[in-house]
Amino acid sequence: MTSAITKNPEAMKTNGRNRNNDYSDRAKAERRLGWILAGPAFIIMLAVTLYPILQAFFDSLYAFRLTAPDEREFIFFQNYVTILSDPVWWRDLVVTLLITVVTVAVELVLGFALALVMHRALKAVRGWLRTAILVPYGIITVVSAYAWFYAFDISSGYVNAWFDWVPGIDADLNWFAQASTALPVIMASEIWKTTPFISLLLLAGLAQVPDELTEAAKVDGATWWEQMRKVIIPNMKAAIMVAVLFRALDAFRIFDNVFIMTNGQYGTEVLSLLAYRTSISRLEIGLGSAVSVLLFACVLLISFIAIKVFKVDLAGSTGGKR
Amino acid sequence: MKSTGRQKLVWTIISIAVLVYALFPVASILATSFKSPGDLTNGRFLPTPGLATLANYEQILVGDAQGLFLTALWNSIGISLIATFIAVVLATLCAYAIARLDFPGKKLILTTALAVSIFPVISIVTPLFNLWRNIGLYDTWLGLIIPYLSLTLPISIWTLAAFFRQIPWELEQAAQVDGATTWQAFRKAIVPLAAPGVFTTAIIAFFIAWNDFVYGISLTSTEAARPVPAALAFFTGASQFESPTGAISAAAIIVTIPVVLLVLLFQRQIVSGLTQGAVKG
Repeated sequence: MTSAITKNPEAMKTNGRNRNNDYSDRAKAERRLGWILAGPAFIIMLAVTLYPILQAFFDSLYAFRLTAPDEREFIFFQNYVTILSDPVWWRDLVVTLLITVVTVAVELVLGFALALVMHRALKAVRGWLRTAILVPYGIITVVSAYAWFYAFDISSGYVNAWFDWVPGIDADLNWFAQASTALPVIMASEIWKTTPFISLLLLAGLAQVPDELTEAAKVDGATWWEQMRKVIIPNMKAAIMVAVLFRALDAFRIFDNVFIMTNGQYGTEVLSLLAYRTSISRLEIGLGSAVSVLLFACVLLISFIAIKVFKVDLAGSTGGKR
Repeated sequence: MKSTGRQKLVWTIISIAVLVYALFPVASILATSFKSPGDLTNGRFLPTPGLATLANYEQILVGDAQGLFLTALWNSIGISLIATFIAVVLATLCAYAIARLDFPGKKLILTTALAVSIFPVISIVTPLFNLWRNIGLYDTWLGLIIPYLSLTLPISIWTLAAFFRQIPWELEQAAQVDGATTWQAFRKAIVPLAAPGVFTTAIIAFFIAWNDFVYGISLTSTEAARPVPAALAFFTGASQFESPTGAISAAAIIVTIPVVLLVLLFQRQIVSGLTQGAVKG
């Protein structure tokens, strides 16, 4: 847009050099200003993520624990071998993947239903509904975890009393003493807290489906379900994909709920908790760094699969293009 | 669509279902916060009539848990506000450049922001934990503010870039034609238009900083910098044998109040901010 700008007198005053190059001074100044304005944010983003992950990779090549700092020793990929040959890593990976898949699947259905409700609701109700569902979005995850924990807890809870007519639930059921009952509660609190976000993304996607298409389908006698399946969902595929990818990557990092409810006991440990336990609790910096790097690799792999296999166009549908 | 009586009924039922869904866990912990220690095990949702008490709030606001809770609250407010402020200032400049100026590397910046926002937080904790201990940032405000930027900065850049793309930039050109410099045009013509977007972004960034638990629990060890979510996990009862359930519930309610207030006041802005940053055609 600036390529056609002619040399302006002000620029000539400040810069008397030969300007027979591809860029006019104005364009050059714009590029410089662009980086002056955007540079600090860019550098800080790199400094707070790229640098630490490189440091983590470096540390992961050493046998190093803070309790014995003098015994630091370079061992190549031995830490990775240790972790990957430990069944705990694989168990935690399975638990994390299970939580990710189940929560995202439930959230997609629930979030879509919520989005439809908000999309169709009368104006007066819509504001209230959006306000209400923003409460779970804004609430602290730890608070949500405690709310669910205390409701189900064997001593302070009421769920056992309310649902004692359900087979398998009675006053003595300790929800947090085995993975089969603890994980559903963990997932429920995660779903409750994050469905609003996915439903708002889907609501925005719904708003972009042209009304004429739905009208045309209606005129052609399509049922509600046919309209959904043939018109609405295909037209908001991009929004759905982005919402799923974002939520999946977020769910994969789950930490707070598990920490509060079970602290990873009874086979409910997730990968983030494994990293925390190794580095912060046991001070095994070398091993913990290797877990961190592996976790990061998992996230990269998920993103890569989503973008290459499912062709999720993050940049396009998130406004990266002009 | 005809608004028949039956439809009204259906909508009422649906709306109530959504409200119950959204507010039930909050109501649950609110009810728990009014239970006295002996009443906690009553097996009911509400405190036993007549036994409801404000003792839990007293304990954390003026009682023996005061030191633990109020300092954590102060840490949370201070650290979150500073991290939000820095992120929003930097993101505003960055998003302005992305939306407005022509320079190479725009796409690189947006992609980086996206990559940082999906970054597993726990992966940076180990190296920071080690580094912060060595350079004295462990258990300090600054030691949390810096990593919080990894949470608040990317989403601020995305949200603001989306907002800024919708601003009628002709106004800026008009100001420049009238003799204003680029900077003056930005300040006088654009800032007033951009302010709502900046404000919305600040709310969203604040929510994210306020919510943090991983950094809070990993990079602090005392009341010096420990924020509320991490402090909740360290609450203990009045005695070794008393559970801190009531105190935690009361503290949870207090830190939820700002969230509810912001949501009530700025519902529309928050929704537009969240959806613009994420799904923008």
